[in-house]
Amino acid sequence: MRTRQFLKPRTVSRDVDQLVDALPKHNIGTQGYDPWGLNPDTAKITFTAVRWLYEHYFRVQARGLENVPGEGRLLIIGNHSGQLPMDGLMVGYSVASRKENARLPRSMIERWFPSVPFLGNWMNSVGGVIGDPKNCAKMLQREEAIVVFPEGVRGSGKPYRLRYQLQRFGHGFMHLAMEHNTPIVPVGIVGCEETMPSLVNIKPLARMLGTPYFPLAPLVPLPARVFLNFGKPMHFADDARNERDVEWRVESVKDAIRELVDTGIAQRKSIF
Amino acid sequence: MSESREPDNNSAPHNPESGAGNEVQAPTRRKSPARRASGRAPGSRAKTTQGIGSEKRGKVLVTGAAGGLAQHVIAMLKEHYDVVGVEFRGLQTDYPDTVDYVVDFNTRPFEDVFREHGFTAIIHLGRIRFTQSTRNRRYSANVVGTTRLLRLALKYGVEKVVAMSTFHVYGADARNPSLIDEEYPMRAANLMPEVVDAVELENLFNIHLYKHPELNITILRPCNIAGPGINNQISQMLEQPVAPCLVGFSPLMQFIHVEDMATAIVQSFEQNHPGVYNVAPDDYVAYQDALQLAGCRRLFLPSVPPALARRAMRVLGRYGPPDYMIDFFKYAVVIDGALFARTFDFVPQHALSELLGHYRAQK
Repeated sequence: MRTRQFLKPRTVSRDVDQLVDALPKHNIGTQGYDPWGLNPDTAKITFTAVRWLYEHYFRVQARGLENVPGEGRLLIIGNHSGQLPMDGLMVGYSVASRKENARLPRSMIERWFPSVPFLGNWMNSVGGVIGDPKNCAKMLQREEAIVVFPEGVRGSGKPYRLRYQLQRFGHGFMHLAMEHNTPIVPVGIVGCEETMPSLVNIKPLARMLGTPYFPLAPLVPLPARVFLNFGKPMHFADDARNERDVEWRVESVKDAIRELVDTGIAQRKSIF
Repeated sequence: MSESREPDNNSAPHNPESGAGNEVQAPTRRKSPARRASGRAPGSRAKTTQGIGSEKRGKVLVTGAAGGLAQHVIAMLKEHYDVVGVEFRGLQTDYPDTVDYVVDFNTRPFEDVFREHGFTAIIHLGRIRFTQSTRNRRYSANVVGTTRLLRLALKYGVEKVVAMSTFHVYGADARNPSLIDEEYPMRAANLMPEVVDAVELENLFNIHLYKHPELNITILRPCNIAGPGINNQISQMLEQPVAPCLVGFSPLMQFIHVEDMATAIVQSFEQNHPGVYNVAPDDYVAYQDALQLAGCRRLFLPSVPPALARRAMRVLGRYGPPDYMIDFFKYAVVIDGALFARTFDFVPQHALSELLGHYRAQK
């Protein structure tokens, strides 16, 4: 609390202050936290850095933001890459910083993050939530927008040679979308693969540290240009007869993302 | 207790030595093993009892009557009900007025309390907390003692049981979702075997809930209870000028004011909706923020490796939580109290800032 009180007046610009203040925060309690740990003051401090990354470092170009509804429950489903969750951060900031109907989507994070000192608390306070179906269901019931990467660590931890090859998608997001009558907005993310290209996953080191992977990669993210393409909302009725039906629906979302990724790659003139 | 209720000292359960054989009954640790004061003969009491519901609405047994929460509950109940307070925790030399009997549930004299009073309802608040006593002793008092309490409730036709559990039964883990609802597994038994008695106690009530619906059991799982008169671990830490916390961890916590919790208990007693309910306000605060709002200075302890953190916690002794509870100060255990609020039309009256301000004002 005192750290926030010290940093906020020294780091947060008026623009970011107004941006976060304007976001709908109907689940925030009297002490500035929502049930998943989001804290607007910490978000403001973080967004100051994220804005610089978004506008000047990764020079993000977001298209199709009008496809993201300004209110109501929503799942934003994207391709995952880049070792660090920069893609989630960029997608979240793009929706939160748009001129109209801005909202702060929450990102599903890996289950091991909360066990890391500082990192877990910080990620929660800027909108990260562990990727648990129960969490997701509760958030949808409270009309939140959630960014989900169904590839999980299979996507974020993959080596550079597998770039833009979508890994296996989990089915959990589709079950949630059907059960909670939630539209899915697909997003194709291009550029994050190049921010931290991994040559190899050093598995023994990962096992020793208790992390899902340990990449042989640059120590800091590289300044690759990032392209975000949001697709039209997809609706799925809760009438799947079996898991095979669900799999077909997941594949349709995957196809939509693949097309959006291809669009992003075509838009890109240079990697950096 | 109702002022008109006058205790007697002639019946068997009032004998100080009658329940001997258990360490809890050591005479030196008792203010009184039986009724607090002498009075008229047994049998005359019910006829002379005054109050709105003392005869019409039945007699209520409140266990753990010496506790801070029980005192609030009894104060609320006694306006409308005839209340008998029983304490089994032999921790004090002097008991408050809310305690009518000090008797171990595992001893025969406890049944005499039932024989004498003919309870229609039980509010079971008496539980030895994790920080008190040994694991075996806790198990004996909490689980075995409660088994007997429920057996007696069945035998003597009790119509309503409200039981206090705790949010600790969910266990603290990095993978816990937020807003844990009542259907979430009670993982504490697996995560921290030292608190297995709380989980077993819950299981015991759950079995009786479905096997004996006539008992109308309502089980409450509250979040951290704090406020005036409460002496649990988290309250003790908030009262301290310096409280421990782990570097890099400040889990989200929920607190409920003792008066709100007492209201929740009375509402769950008066409105008969058997089942299991979380009780927590829809408001949250990070642990380190709570310490600062309560006027505590933070004593940072190493958080990694976990063995070092546990050792540091052990060194603190009674000034910190027991080392096996350390994960509750690392990972959030946020429970969803919506079902209780909806079912019982419950709205907490005390704000979080007011609750933490109480501790700040003490410093």
